[in-house]
Amino acid sequence: MQINKFVIGGILILGAVVFLIWTSTAANPEYFLTIDELNAKGSSILDRNLRVSGAVIGDSIQYDAQNLALSFEVAHVPGDNAELETEGGLAEALHQAVMDPERSRMKVVYLGPRPDLLRNEAQAIMTGHVGNDGIFYADELLLKCPTRYEEAVPEQARS
Amino acid sequence: MIANFGFGVLAITFLVTLYSVFAAIYGERKKIPAMVESARRAMLLTWPLLTLTASILIYLLVNDHYEVQFVYEVTSRSMPTYLKVTAWWGGQAGSLLFWSWLMSAFASLVTLRKWDRDREFLPWVIVVACVTMAFFIGMSVFFENPFAQLYQMPTGVEAHTFQPAASILFIPQDGNGLNPLLRHPGMVIHPPMLYLGFVSFVIPYAFAMAALITGRIDDRWIRITRRWTLWAWMFLSFGLVLGGRWAYDVLGWGGYWGWDPVEIAAFMPWLTGTAFLHSVMIQEKRGLLKHWNMLLIILTYDLVIFGTFLTRSGVLSSVHAFAQSAIGPLFMGFVSTTLVTSVALIIYRWDSLKSETEMTSLLSREALFLLNNLLFMSILVVCFWGVIFPLISELFTGQTVTVGPPFYERATGPLFAALMFLMGIAPLSAWGHSTVKTIGRAIWKPIVGALIVTAIMFATYTRNVIALVGFFLIALVILVTIYEYWRGANARQKSQGENIFAAFWSLTGRNRRRYGGYIIHLSMMLMAIGILGIELFQVETQGALEVNQQMSVGGYDVVYQDIAQFQGPDGREVTRAVLGVYKGGEYLGELNPRIDYYYDAQQTMTIPGQRSTLRDDLYILLVDWEPASATGATFKIFVNPLVNWLWLGSLLFLVGVVIAAWPEKDAERVAVRANASVQQQTSAAD
Repeated sequence: MQINKFVIGGILILGAVVFLIWTSTAANPEYFLTIDELNAKGSSILDRNLRVSGAVIGDSIQYDAQNLALSFEVAHVPGDNAELETEGGLAEALHQAVMDPERSRMKVVYLGPRPDLLRNEAQAIMTGHVGNDGIFYADELLLKCPTRYEEAVPEQARS
Repeated sequence: MIANFGFGVLAITFLVTLYSVFAAIYGERKKIPAMVESARRAMLLTWPLLTLTASILIYLLVNDHYEVQFVYEVTSRSMPTYLKVTAWWGGQAGSLLFWSWLMSAFASLVTLRKWDRDREFLPWVIVVACVTMAFFIGMSVFFENPFAQLYQMPTGVEAHTFQPAASILFIPQDGNGLNPLLRHPGMVIHPPMLYLGFVSFVIPYAFAMAALITGRIDDRWIRITRRWTLWAWMFLSFGLVLGGRWAYDVLGWGGYWGWDPVEIAAFMPWLTGTAFLHSVMIQEKRGLLKHWNMLLIILTYDLVIFGTFLTRSGVLSSVHAFAQSAIGPLFMGFVSTTLVTSVALIIYRWDSLKSETEMTSLLSREALFLLNNLLFMSILVVCFWGVIFPLISELFTGQTVTVGPPFYERATGPLFAALMFLMGIAPLSAWGHSTVKTIGRAIWKPIVGALIVTAIMFATYTRNVIALVGFFLIALVILVTIYEYWRGANARQKSQGENIFAAFWSLTGRNRRRYGGYIIHLSMMLMAIGILGIELFQVETQGALEVNQQMSVGGYDVVYQDIAQFQGPDGREVTRAVLGVYKGGEYLGELNPRIDYYYDAQQTMTIPGQRSTLRDDLYILLVDWEPASATGATFKIFVNPLVNWLWLGSLLFLVGVVIAAWPEKDAERVAVRANASVQQQTSAAD
């Protein structure tokens, strides 16, 4: 009898937690895609909440300060860590992605302040959706600037 | 040269920790006290050695020795000296050394205590502390050497510990500079606080392991480490709050917490640590939940190691990827090894960890504490699920699916609310047995009070249901806590004839742990007010303004007055706007949001202008300014209601922990008595 009420209480809590996790996961999934995967899926992902990672192309950054509208292009980088390693680490992979004109690219629009870390060869991790026009509308924008050791060494050292 | 010396000292320290581990085990096995003593002294030696290592690193940092890779990466000539010193923990290699240094300080402190009655724990505490240290120092020696130097090779510049053949030392003119985001007072103290918290949790874990290995699994280990645990918890909690404050001041998104994996990694040991703090009380009072307490401290320890691994390299570099160097798998290996070993020890001691009594009443203090533990663990499970969900989804569907802040908010919200409700009723319950009736008799007044507060909030402030539930719970906890305090003080006032303030004072002094705990509960509620405010009522607006043009948000009128650009003191260009703030036509002062551009790091940093009151914060960001048309600038303005309560609460929190952890005057006597009764029990058992 004593045991029972604790067991029942425990099961109730467990049930509640599973329910909370399950419904919360189902309510807010973000599909993590690379740009290649995104292009391959076509229009099937139009309404979905997506999380996409890409290498920022510095020359494409435009900022309309009047409307706080930021737009830039990102190039495909592999989503898999092992794949990144074979390309020589994240910094090198980002560098390759930006230099390679053959890589698939995607235009991104974001409304808000221009992030301090947005610059050439930064990794952008964007949450948002793809519009009918094929542009990625980001609600959230995270940036990561790995220091590439070679690049950080002053010019005179590299020749 | 100096760098090589530093590396040498570090390598010697590594050997010393290894020696300490083996000497302790050998001395314990062969019953040679001199050997254990030697292990203890070796352990005491690590702190001076690491202090020397650290001094060398700081010397290199302060004196611009850019031939050292780490110095090159985190400092530059334009940085002020204090930032060059704190750059010590600005990068991965340095922060690992910092971790080891703190660890050795704590290990030394704990070895210096009087061990007379707990001599059998000593060798095993040394083993656990030194294994942990050896792991971290070994990491520095073999993989993340802070003293690695740059060498010009035929193929380019590379960093090496020892000079490779056919190379010359390469000395850059200037360094990369610390990431500007980290050049903030909050960032100067946030990592040390967090690390202090992380590291000091190793000590209770070490004692727990010692208790399991020696088989002396009464609550002695808990009593010895009670105050350690509280300090550890305080540092960890305050470290988390400081991190939030730093994000609020520096990251410029008007928030303080983003459910980033790194934040969660630091939050998870806090959850298990908090659960542990509560559940050890059940073991002390009732002899229950011994397995559970062991499990909690083990989880906390491994989450601390895991958290160090995830947070080690600072903030932004960890947005989603795991470490890209060899140390990732090593960390995971260390975590899983210690976890498996520790759990195996629990299983080995399973029978002797059996509870001394049974839990019978669902509303007893111990049952409510157990429920509190389950809720903390549920939040932990939610967090853990969120962190590993991408891996799970990829494994089963081939599609990586991540979850963001909405997931965490939705899943943890009800759990936090339940915790608050518990905080309201648990202080009114009794050990052993309580009923709805006994609790109901005590709680009806606070409930009526809380309902009145909620009604007032409904009439004057908000109609938001979540907010009203939140305010009700906050009011309930605050009233119950004050009520409990008042009851105690009142009884004292009557029996001792003290005035009410003296009664409050001596009441707290008599039972520091209990009343310190109540103050901590109150502080949590103040923080909850701040969190509710900013989460539910934040308003924002943005727009471009001409000089003398104004913008209104949340009852404030903001007038753009001026902007100026000038050179800052430490190699940055400052663009600083002047805005006049008005409310209802009354002038409140000016705010100066600015953009700092750091030449060395080629990075901008957006610093908000803030005006803080208890009612709300006005938080203005200078978004953009075109030098060509010097007349206009773009701003983003947030009004963050009640957020100041969050920071106030964290200060009260410190007060509460200090009260709870302050040594009791007669602590030693109590401990002796407890020990004596234990010995009686064991002799009776023989």
